[in-house]
Amino acid sequence: MWEYTDKVQEHFINPKNVGELDKPSGTGEVGSLACGDALKLTIQVDELGIITDAKFKTFGCASAIASSSVLTEIIKGMSIEDAAKLTNQQIADALGGLPKEKMHCSVMGREALEAAIADYRGVILPMAQGNVVCECFGVTDLEIIRAIRESNLRSVEDITNFTKAGGGCGKCEDRLRELLQQTVQAMAAEKATKPTAQRLTTLQKIKKIEDVIEREILPTLKKDGGGIELIDVDGDIVTVSLRGACSRCQSSLTTLKDYVEKKLREQVAETLIVEEAR
Amino acid sequence: MDCTGKVVYMDNNATTRIAPEVLEAMLPYLTEYYGNPSSMHTFGGQVGRAVETARAQVAELLGAEPSEIIFTSCGTESDSTAILSALQTFPEKRHVIKTKVEHPAVKSLCENLDTLLGHKHRITRLGVESDGTLNLDSYKAALADDTAVVSAMWANNETGVLFPVEEMAVMAKERGILFHSDAVQAVGKVPINMKKNQIDFLSLSGHKLHAPKGIGVLYVRKKTPFVTFLHGGHQEKGRRGGTENVASIVGLGKACELAGQMMAEENTRVRALRDKLEQGLLAAVPKAILNGHAELRLPNTSNISFEYVEGEAILLHMNRHNICASSGSACTSGSLEPSHVLRAMGVPFTAAHGSIRFSLSIYNTEDEVNFVLAKMPGIIAGLRAMSPFWER
Repeated sequence: MWEYTDKVQEHFINPKNVGELDKPSGTGEVGSLACGDALKLTIQVDELGIITDAKFKTFGCASAIASSSVLTEIIKGMSIEDAAKLTNQQIADALGGLPKEKMHCSVMGREALEAAIADYRGVILPMAQGNVVCECFGVTDLEIIRAIRESNLRSVEDITNFTKAGGGCGKCEDRLRELLQQTVQAMAAEKATKPTAQRLTTLQKIKKIEDVIEREILPTLKKDGGGIELIDVDGDIVTVSLRGACSRCQSSLTTLKDYVEKKLREQVAETLIVEEAR
Repeated sequence: MDCTGKVVYMDNNATTRIAPEVLEAMLPYLTEYYGNPSSMHTFGGQVGRAVETARAQVAELLGAEPSEIIFTSCGTESDSTAILSALQTFPEKRHVIKTKVEHPAVKSLCENLDTLLGHKHRITRLGVESDGTLNLDSYKAALADDTAVVSAMWANNETGVLFPVEEMAVMAKERGILFHSDAVQAVGKVPINMKKNQIDFLSLSGHKLHAPKGIGVLYVRKKTPFVTFLHGGHQEKGRRGGTENVASIVGLGKACELAGQMMAEENTRVRALRDKLEQGLLAAVPKAILNGHAELRLPNTSNISFEYVEGEAILLHMNRHNICASSGSACTSGSLEPSHVLRAMGVPFTAAHGSIRFSLSIYNTEDEVNFVLAKMPGIIAGLRAMSPFWER
């Protein structure tokens, strides 16, 4: 059974703004019956460019319904410009988070909003112009690249969780891996050319990493009977060794990526990659 | 009687409650009778006798000899043992026949055979008709000289549809091919008599018939060649190593005895409850479709698709009323595709995503059926009201 937050449950059981507006300023329709989820969003926009009303109809699971419902609440009263900047993460955050495997529901919400805004503006969305990579769910390369960039995806599994691509027959897995590699490399290259605000010397970097591990990471891991030791820092690659309970833990990879790497990226440098010593 | 606040359990193909009589039979073997059945002393010996009594009880339900019963840890272990045994018996034969609707225990094993045995295999996956039944002509055509084993389930876990496994076994044996049937869902619900068929291997699982989880059986016909899967001590006459899970074995024995006594009730009262539930739902909810053959199926299972709504959402609303069932929807499984069984049957996506499986047991009551009948139409109508595909 999925672990849904109270907020998801609430929006699923008592969804807000169900229905269709009579004469909407914009309509966005995404998904299909075959895909297992679909959303039709209608919005009303006034002369000042403010979304005054929004309604949805959704076919899908609890998190799809909840994502749609919370989306309508978020965008009501928002300007079209601000709404256009809404990310799927904001939708998921408004629900107190979604299970990883259900992140595509929040992506569907954002896509429907984009489609509705494009319809209101009378423009055609560029996303549909890409080449279809995942035949099962009709996901294009442009959509996949965008998800990788926006949500900082790092594995084929991540891509499936966020876009559904690869979740069917699995034939496009190689292509997804290729897109992932290319996009991650491109992102790294872009970062490298950007002047960083505060360039750290290697020594400073190591000191900072040590500091964050000692001060924050180690005490948290110790609570669960675990531990961590810094082994090496080579450029952006930080090699650590998990100790105690962590070294035997099934979810040590999650600990490493979702916790240790996140902390170090936040506090030392965004480009760091944490790896476990073999 | 109102069922509000109490659990209405209609998910018995997933697992069943332990019968009180079964628990009672088990308890002494979790307390004072803790000896090892293999020990030389009387204290252990008496435990060994309890295991043999259970073996006889299982054999009785299946119409088998006690020596043909091997206790395992679960249905999955039984399936793996049988198929791998057959392939190792005929290492030169590399062809396996199974159906497209087998349980993951067989499906996934067959996908991994090449890695497990270190050489290539040819797998024939037999399709099913739109009502879930099997076409025997295509089965016959698939039997080949290099076929080592056929594996076909007795009853499907999702739809309850029965396969003519006894007939299929005869056709396999004529060609010298071993035959395995996963009967996990069938045992205790439909009569099985191994004396009257030619099936070589048969799997069953305790927790599907009111015994605990973690105990299974592999029936191996006398004189059918057998290769051990789990090597170890001389337990189970050397055919399955590992100290016996005594309490669960005793429980399974008792559960089999009860199942024999309850078979008639299963096929009369439980069937009538299932039929009432099914006919009630099909009548009360528009665009509701029965999945699977109406007659050729288990007496306890009903798989219904509610078009244009999604299964997980239905289940969660049912859950609010403490009604337990399952769905073949993609969203419930963690994968993104709906049930492989419904897809093999060609059930359209409009229906597959909204499929709900009700599976009853002797513990269900008419009050519970009435309660579910009272709740379901509102749940479906509520979800359809927010579906963009409804009324299009």
